[in-house]
Amino acid sequence: MLETRILDEFSAIVGRGLITEPSQLHTYECDGLTNFRVMPQAVLLPTSTEEVQAIVRICHREKIPFVARGSGTGLSGGALPAEKGIVISLARMNRIIEVDLPNARVVVEPGVINADVTQRVAPHGYFYAPDPSSQSVCSIGGNVAENSGGAHCLKYGFTTTHVLALEVVLPDGSLVHLGSRAVDRPGYDLPGIFVGSEGTLGIATKVVLRVVKKPQVIQTLLAAFNSTNEAGAAVSAIIGAGMLPAAIEMMDNLAIQAAEASVHAGYPDCGGLLLVELDGPAAEVEHLMKQVSELSTQCGAWEIRVAQSEAERAIVWKGRKAAFAAMGRISPSYIVQDGVIPRTALPKVLSEIERMSSAAGLRVANVFHAGDGNLHPLVLYDRRIPGQEERAFELSVNILRLCVQCGGSITGEHGVGEEKKMMMSEMFAEPDLETMQLVRCAFDPQHLSNPDKVFPRTRLCAERTGPYQPHPLEVAGVAQFF
Amino acid sequence: MGTQPLSGASIADVETAWSELRTIVGPEHIRTARMEDVVDGVVPQMVIEPGNAEEIARVLKTATGAGLHVIPRGGASKMGWGNPPRGGELMVSTRRLNRVVEHAWGDMTATVEAGCTFKQLQQTLAGHGQRLALDPLWPDRATIGGILATNDSGSLRTRFGSLRDLIIGITLALPDGTLAKSGGKVVKNVAGYDLPKLATGSSGTLGIITQAIFRLHPVPPESRSLSFCVPDSGAMNALLLAVLDSTLVPTGLQVRAGSSSLPEVDVRFEGTTAGCEAQIEQTLRIASGARRVEPAADVWDARAALWGGGETFVVCKFSLLPADLGIFRDQVSAVSERLHCSWRLVAQAAGVGLLHLEGTDAAAFLNPLHELREKLESRGGSLVVLRCPLEVKRKIDVWGSGGDALQLMRNIKAQFDPTGVLNPGRFVGGI
Repeated sequence: MLETRILDEFSAIVGRGLITEPSQLHTYECDGLTNFRVMPQAVLLPTSTEEVQAIVRICHREKIPFVARGSGTGLSGGALPAEKGIVISLARMNRIIEVDLPNARVVVEPGVINADVTQRVAPHGYFYAPDPSSQSVCSIGGNVAENSGGAHCLKYGFTTTHVLALEVVLPDGSLVHLGSRAVDRPGYDLPGIFVGSEGTLGIATKVVLRVVKKPQVIQTLLAAFNSTNEAGAAVSAIIGAGMLPAAIEMMDNLAIQAAEASVHAGYPDCGGLLLVELDGPAAEVEHLMKQVSELSTQCGAWEIRVAQSEAERAIVWKGRKAAFAAMGRISPSYIVQDGVIPRTALPKVLSEIERMSSAAGLRVANVFHAGDGNLHPLVLYDRRIPGQEERAFELSVNILRLCVQCGGSITGEHGVGEEKKMMMSEMFAEPDLETMQLVRCAFDPQHLSNPDKVFPRTRLCAERTGPYQPHPLEVAGVAQFF
Repeated sequence: MGTQPLSGASIADVETAWSELRTIVGPEHIRTARMEDVVDGVVPQMVIEPGNAEEIARVLKTATGAGLHVIPRGGASKMGWGNPPRGGELMVSTRRLNRVVEHAWGDMTATVEAGCTFKQLQQTLAGHGQRLALDPLWPDRATIGGILATNDSGSLRTRFGSLRDLIIGITLALPDGTLAKSGGKVVKNVAGYDLPKLATGSSGTLGIITQAIFRLHPVPPESRSLSFCVPDSGAMNALLLAVLDSTLVPTGLQVRAGSSSLPEVDVRFEGTTAGCEAQIEQTLRIASGARRVEPAADVWDARAALWGGGETFVVCKFSLLPADLGIFRDQVSAVSERLHCSWRLVAQAAGVGLLHLEGTDAAAFLNPLHELREKLESRGGSLVVLRCPLEVKRKIDVWGSGGDALQLMRNIKAQFDPTGVLNPGRFVGGI
């Protein structure tokens, strides 16, 4: 328990935005990944940058670890509280501060919900492109921490593509501005390194986002195949024809069953379902959609539907975006994974997953962003059966190993967090991890901001000698080197 | 000019280092520096050409141990970019690391060594109808490492973003001899910190890039360009913003302006014939008030043309909000009139461009540059001097303000390069 004097100080900063009641603290003991839980010492809900700074300064002075939290929808345990630490929830910093449409910029506080950005600019024909499945509840601050993607990042890029600048409270409580509203600010690409750093480098208190003009037309095609292999061949054919769809999603039969049971999207009952979305100028989309349709047929599609209206598209996407949660309809428990593979490895990886799944005696449903090789295998199990959870966990880890062996990654959009930090060593060699942590040492030498996440071992930030400073005589122009 | 290294290493240490370096790369790949190796008045002692990433790492470790400062070099097309270095006894060339290691065309990625020229990379990728969607300056000479270190980008940025949006993996050799990889071969990847972005635009101050991995795009079947001549800055900016605010998807959208000509706006569409034609029609409706002119064949290389001129010219990179472009043009025009100098600029719709100022008196550039920089910085933009006479460079910080994050940048530099071996003084804030 934190000392009373510290709690008093916290209370003086946030007033009623201080939670210490154990019953209320339970809400914050985990994020969307519920199998890791740590009770925080306290939860603080600041309403301004100044309050965040004041809180962090105390943490720095007292060496109290802190974890920033948005909506708590993360799937890798990124917002899991630190032992003996506090949680700083940004939920009350939820204002859209400025909308500058001529320059396509929107300035928001970190607690703003992802979908609210689009909602705000939609009447003017713009949208905010990163669209994680949780977009109706997840926050921009959380998206920044995780560098969230979504189905449309194949064409539009990730959160990092759409963040131009940030106001950040560093782990010592100082305030800095990274990047700028205009592109290419001289200096290191600090927004580039901050976005996706999973809360380990500080707390963003304002974010300048880039919004995108809505395309003239959007068409979504659903194609039913007998197998994911056939559907995968269609994906290769589409990409090979030189197209860059807005999204290409794939679901296997188990995932389709779950989605149907949950939201009745009207998906055909098939072995592999492909969802291809094209957007852009009408003439271009029309021409390319014909090609997608032909290529799909050549690869074995036996049913093709094109959703044209906004309402039809919405239903198609609802099924896909609800796929994770829908697993509850067909299995009491499940583990969501987030591996990435080079797209061409898809057939090999899918058949290997099938083999591993039957060897483990567990079902695996596959939902994935097929265009960029981001797999979301869902390992289904029953927690009540002794030993199943362990086997499910092992299977999901082995699937990630398989992704790395094929030249891929252990995470495409969910982040490393607590869950996959031990897997980092399978993907990177020790010097790679040590080098990444140099950045950590530059931002947070005391390891207070979301400590013990992302990396399997914490690098000690030794005092380093500073960079070369010119000799006073050199500065005075009396002497010259070279 | 003396040749003493800076950080307290003895002459004997340095002699040992030269001999070690010879052993690492072989005597045929290390030579005494010549006049063409001089960087902003700094004369290196030796130029070394390692044959692979491991050799670069060992060279760096040896140089660091002996207190030698290192200037990395690729195609040497942009060696003048940055503040004059505070030292640089050893120039490390990536010339021999020039392979396209892998073109995974099915996955639309490519792994390429730092010393490979942009042209060579594009030629290789074109074999499978793909490209790195970037149009940097001097593609036949500029290398991947140098383009990354300087974060150069051209008109394709309008649609495909800059290097930070295209790079997905990197290998860096650090001053302590570490070879570190970050990112990977897949486009979507959030495992660990994004060092490819950190290295992009870092002017060789954190490590030497030995290899990079990029996402690729298909070469479009069709490409069509249009140009419009407009009467003034207001009309120029209005047309640019109207295209941006439309549903058009140009892969190029730039303005060209100068002291002796009316502003022009160029638009390029790529894709299917039907798509290009429909978009051209839509553009003509949007630009109905502007006079259509025939675009010159090299209109999308207009940036490169800004690098010619008399002895006394300055080239700056500027960034600003797209809606401020018209105001900036007027400011440039006013400043130049006072100075009796001529000017030309080329700007991309993303809000980044190059400005060429030409006059007779080099010293006269200083105040106007400060004035323009102040105006840009006050609106979130920047002005970086890329090319100017050395006497001007010695009196101006080419980068401008590092803002309140400068200390953070210094911390990063201190972690990666604690003794300041790499490109000392070249970067923002004297980093």
